[in-house]
Amino acid sequence: MIEVFSPRLLPSIASLVLATALSLPAGAQETVKIGAIYPLSGNAASAGTAAKAAIEVATEVINGDHQNLGDLTLARGAGLPGLKGAKVEVVFADNQGTPAAGQNQALRLITEEKVHALTGAYQSGITLTASAIAERHGIPFLSGESVAANLTERGFKWFFRTTPVAADIAKTYMAFLKEIKGAGTKVDSVAIVNENTEYGTSIAKVLREAAKENGFNVSIEIPYSANTTDVQSQVLQLKDKNPDVVIFVSYTSDAILYTKTMQALGYKPPVLIGDNSGFSDASFLKTVGGIAQGAINRSAWDIGKPGSTTFLINEMYKKKTGNDLDDTAGRAMQGFFVLVEAINRAGSTDPAKIQAALKATDLKPGQLMMGYKGVKFDDKGNNTLASALLIQVQGDAYVAVWPKENATAELKLPYKGW
Amino acid sequence: MSATVVQVIVGGLLLGAVYALFSSGLTLIWGMMNVVNFAHGDFVMLAMYTAFVVWQLLGIGPAGGVPIAALVLATVGIVSYFALVRHVMRGPMIAQILGTFGLALLLRYSVFWGFGANFMSLPDNLVGGTFEVLGVRLQASRLLAGTVALIVTAGLHLLLTRTPLGSRMLAVAEDADAAQLMGIRPDRMQAIAWAIAAGATGIAGALIATFFYISPTVGETLAIIAFVTVSLGGFGSVPGALIAGLLIGVIESLSAYWIGAVYKDIVVYSLFVAVLWLRPQGLMGKS
Repeated sequence: MIEVFSPRLLPSIASLVLATALSLPAGAQETVKIGAIYPLSGNAASAGTAAKAAIEVATEVINGDHQNLGDLTLARGAGLPGLKGAKVEVVFADNQGTPAAGQNQALRLITEEKVHALTGAYQSGITLTASAIAERHGIPFLSGESVAANLTERGFKWFFRTTPVAADIAKTYMAFLKEIKGAGTKVDSVAIVNENTEYGTSIAKVLREAAKENGFNVSIEIPYSANTTDVQSQVLQLKDKNPDVVIFVSYTSDAILYTKTMQALGYKPPVLIGDNSGFSDASFLKTVGGIAQGAINRSAWDIGKPGSTTFLINEMYKKKTGNDLDDTAGRAMQGFFVLVEAINRAGSTDPAKIQAALKATDLKPGQLMMGYKGVKFDDKGNNTLASALLIQVQGDAYVAVWPKENATAELKLPYKGW
Repeated sequence: MSATVVQVIVGGLLLGAVYALFSSGLTLIWGMMNVVNFAHGDFVMLAMYTAFVVWQLLGIGPAGGVPIAALVLATVGIVSYFALVRHVMRGPMIAQILGTFGLALLLRYSVFWGFGANFMSLPDNLVGGTFEVLGVRLQASRLLAGTVALIVTAGLHLLLTRTPLGSRMLAVAEDADAAQLMGIRPDRMQAIAWAIAAGATGIAGALIATFFYISPTVGETLAIIAFVTVSLGGFGSVPGALIAGLLIGVIESLSAYWIGAVYKDIVVYSLFVAVLWLRPQGLMGKS
């Protein structure tokens, strides 16, 4: 037998145990650990790293004392007052752009990193698999940015999201199209061009139904793979059909390719709507903004006037990344704020208490950084107060153009391109 | 045939020429030494970034970007050969695969670290804009890439079949030991093959950068097509890569136009499997 325990060591071990036990109540507050799953490599890495930077800014805001950010949740005072000033620690994990990796990372964060809650995962198709793991382990998962309809149709009890969802988005576009039709723009035929994973497929389906309900004719639907090298044929299909409105549901690389190819083939739809994701990526404006003049996008983010809360947050983000905050990263950041606010209100890191606090969430517009009408979850976990306005590429930036009461610039039609 | 179909075919041909261009380097290395270079796509990516940096620093387009990228990549090729490939070639096949795959990740994440994940792009009209010939719209940048693809392919083919250097390289490819007995140094020939292959890839990348986006993972997207092109054309056959590239480009474009974009891969890969079933050595490969 090998002697592993020497009696001579006993006193020192005893004192060690005692010291640890004594230091616990007096020691530093426990930290709240949140796992954040984003595409930090792969084709969507630019969006993922933007979301990561945004969440890091949010962590700074929460952990530090920021008196200048108005009523934004947890900005004033350092840390979480509900947990004796505990600090938030975020463990980032790379989903590599694949649902399988997202699922593995969720499992690792829960079982090895012992996170108290999860957020992410940008691509709806990956949020789908990652949140299923959280559900199985009874860990709250809040997505700030994934919009696919079926994420909240699974009867999950631990899944919440703050973003406007596919149905809200379709409603916004339809209301917009009706209004411009009323003002004399021709909106007889609509084309839907969507990437073919969860995000694009889901939005396309909801758009198709909404168009039908509102009496718009969807003349052509073009699903495609986002990871494509060439989109000439798709653009030529559009050119053949010549629809009055084209709605793109794309990620970044494909949004850039479409814009470049449309210019090369000399095709301009009268009205071009680029649904968020790819069109909201800061890379989009930088690479092809100059030849996408007049592209319309949805957003709940507005930098606002100098000195305002949103303006100051944008400054913090800009200092970190060199870019203005975009809508997608902004929604991820807002989701994170809401999650931490619920943990603070729960006063505990117990998953069930966080879940209960999330269900009781009732935030007012003044407590948010995004332009939602508030945050309040329904039974499925959707934010009933989420909303979006429409923005348009004018010059080298997006400006708010619709609805009129939120507009900072005039809507310019038709699509100008280059 | 409607004007649009002509446009689709012309677009497919130009696309195919580019596929051929960035596949020629891969087929050369494959044919020369039976090494599958999994870092090939990332060589293309590196060349695209080189072209971007050249434009940013010197303000010149492909006129400067192409030769500089060719030189930079040829150097990368030689360094990769001496630092990595020469050693893993002595090991089992799996060592080659993992070795070059490791190189791919090293290059990809070095660029990630240096340039960040953001997408970049060269200005749109760096190589003239677009013009119309007989009702077909042509983009100057793609036309340039297509033309250079033909020249490079022809050049590589002539180099291999009509020059003493080419004969020596092919001799090494045929039987390195026998070549050595004839006074040819296999090591040197293989290093030259890597330099030429990577250099050609450099030209390809710098030209693709004029009409494509640039990102650290762009090589991943392009590499799959390069592998398909090379296997379809025949391992080691430069003209085979050209024919396969053009074929894939046109079939892809037509099937995307007629059947739908999501089905184009099914059409291309079914054809690919069918050809390999009938001719496992590829269209122009030696059996």
